[in-house]
Amino acid sequence: MFNKTEVLETVEMIEREHLDIRTITMGISLLPCIRESAEKTAKAVYDTVCAKAHDIVKVAGQLSGEYGIPIVNKRVSVTPVSLICAAFPQEAEKIGFALDRAAKELGIDFLGGYSALVQKGTAEYEQIFLESIPSVLAQTERVCSSVNVASSKSGINMDAVAQMGGIVKRTAELTKERDGLGCAKLVVFANAVEDNPFMAGAFHGTGESGTVINVGVSGPGVVKHALENVPSANLNDCAETIKRTAFKITRAGQLIAKEAAKRLHAEFGIVDLSLAPTPVMGDSVAHILEELGLEVVGTHGTTAALAMLNDAVKKGGVMASSHVGGLSGAFIPVSEDIGMIQAAEKGALHIDKLEAMTAVCSVGLDMIAIPGDTPAETISAIIADEAAIGMINNKTTAVRVIPVPGKTVGDTVEFGGLLGHAPILPVHTASSAKFVRRGGRIPAPIHSNKN
Amino acid sequence: MRAVVTVTGKDNKGIIAKVSSFLAEKGANVEEVSQTILGDCFAMIMLVDIADAQEELSSIARQCEELGEKIGMSIRLQHEAIFNAMHNV
Repeated sequence: MFNKTEVLETVEMIEREHLDIRTITMGISLLPCIRESAEKTAKAVYDTVCAKAHDIVKVAGQLSGEYGIPIVNKRVSVTPVSLICAAFPQEAEKIGFALDRAAKELGIDFLGGYSALVQKGTAEYEQIFLESIPSVLAQTERVCSSVNVASSKSGINMDAVAQMGGIVKRTAELTKERDGLGCAKLVVFANAVEDNPFMAGAFHGTGESGTVINVGVSGPGVVKHALENVPSANLNDCAETIKRTAFKITRAGQLIAKEAAKRLHAEFGIVDLSLAPTPVMGDSVAHILEELGLEVVGTHGTTAALAMLNDAVKKGGVMASSHVGGLSGAFIPVSEDIGMIQAAEKGALHIDKLEAMTAVCSVGLDMIAIPGDTPAETISAIIADEAAIGMINNKTTAVRVIPVPGKTVGDTVEFGGLLGHAPILPVHTASSAKFVRRGGRIPAPIHSNKN
Repeated sequence: MRAVVTVTGKDNKGIIAKVSSFLAEKGANVEEVSQTILGDCFAMIMLVDIADAQEELSSIARQCEELGEKIGMSIRLQHEAIFNAMHNV
């Protein structure tokens, strides 16, 4: 049983500290949808997604009502579409449009999986598929795309990295009337995971079961509040406090995940133990780091504080769930975190420091607005740097940058809603073009040979 | 099946009576009640059995919130599993 203090603590977490289930994501295999033509495949894709996820919004509403905990997002991830349309890559768009229609029919805000996994090499059909990404992101509202260009096991596919720089630029150009918003739906990964419930990088891996429920929890406000109660604790005790809090948050996620899987006739996949911020005050990962004693996030000590936070979240959460997966850690998206936005506006947060932080956080350079005239090769080089950090450190890294057309350092961009707003951050102007154009593959590191 | 009802807000006359009669109307049987008053702040926690309730739990929870708005309190009804999950290993 629980006592009075515990009941009030839970209520306080939900009412005042923004404890929520950030997402219930249903992973759906599209492999059984492959037909002899793009039209027939697109129809099968639409029908399958609508049938499997038909009740996702309804069930999330019921669970939220019964357990009294908000469930912010209901989403779907699918098998990487490049595999579904390998026989007709020129018509990949048709699958993208079918997925967008399905997302609208279901009433979900995002659907992930317009994706390709090209970490070791890009097949001809994948090359064609990748080129379809900008126009699909421009013509659809809810479809998200991700491309895995590197892994610790296979190295970095620099040809794909070079191609992705251009694809990010074209996506921005095609959505320039919305400040390049298409790029907010495009993630370039190293070591992408198959069970990530968070957008824009979610896709349903081929090693997964047919229909799976993955849940992402959140609660930066809860962690910050817990630390406010131990203002003079040393870092051992801070880490313990974070662990205890992460445990409670994750247990709530585990409960919802199991129940959602049962009611939606799907397998329970994983709980992703992430601290995912929103632009709302009191829901910021940056403010946790500042609570630990930094004047402003981005200053010296930020990487160490983030490393401790990320590790403590995992340690606290791992015992609370039977299966932990996804990205699990602290997210540091710039435009989606009010503390990060404030730090960037003060000039305290630079892309180089963010890159260092990605070596110890859960993912990578996320939701960073950069000047619209940034060359494609520079974006490729940013991707290569991130991929190198992921490859060498055996972790997932990613790049989701938005080269905002017509804007430069000193301007601000507003994406709206959970995507937030951000000042344009400067990038290095010295050229990386020759390095990027060399192409080829950066070999996998020596420590990947573990067999 | 049991649920936990938490009532918090500024102390007022007749809160317990209003909440209890609403719950009785819904077929919920109150098993335990504890309350505290700190200054003019009122906090009450009730453990209720809802096995005989005719409506869905989420619907009763929504009506609890509406009752809370009417009497100027925050009233939440949640399945007890959420508290067991978060506070018991």
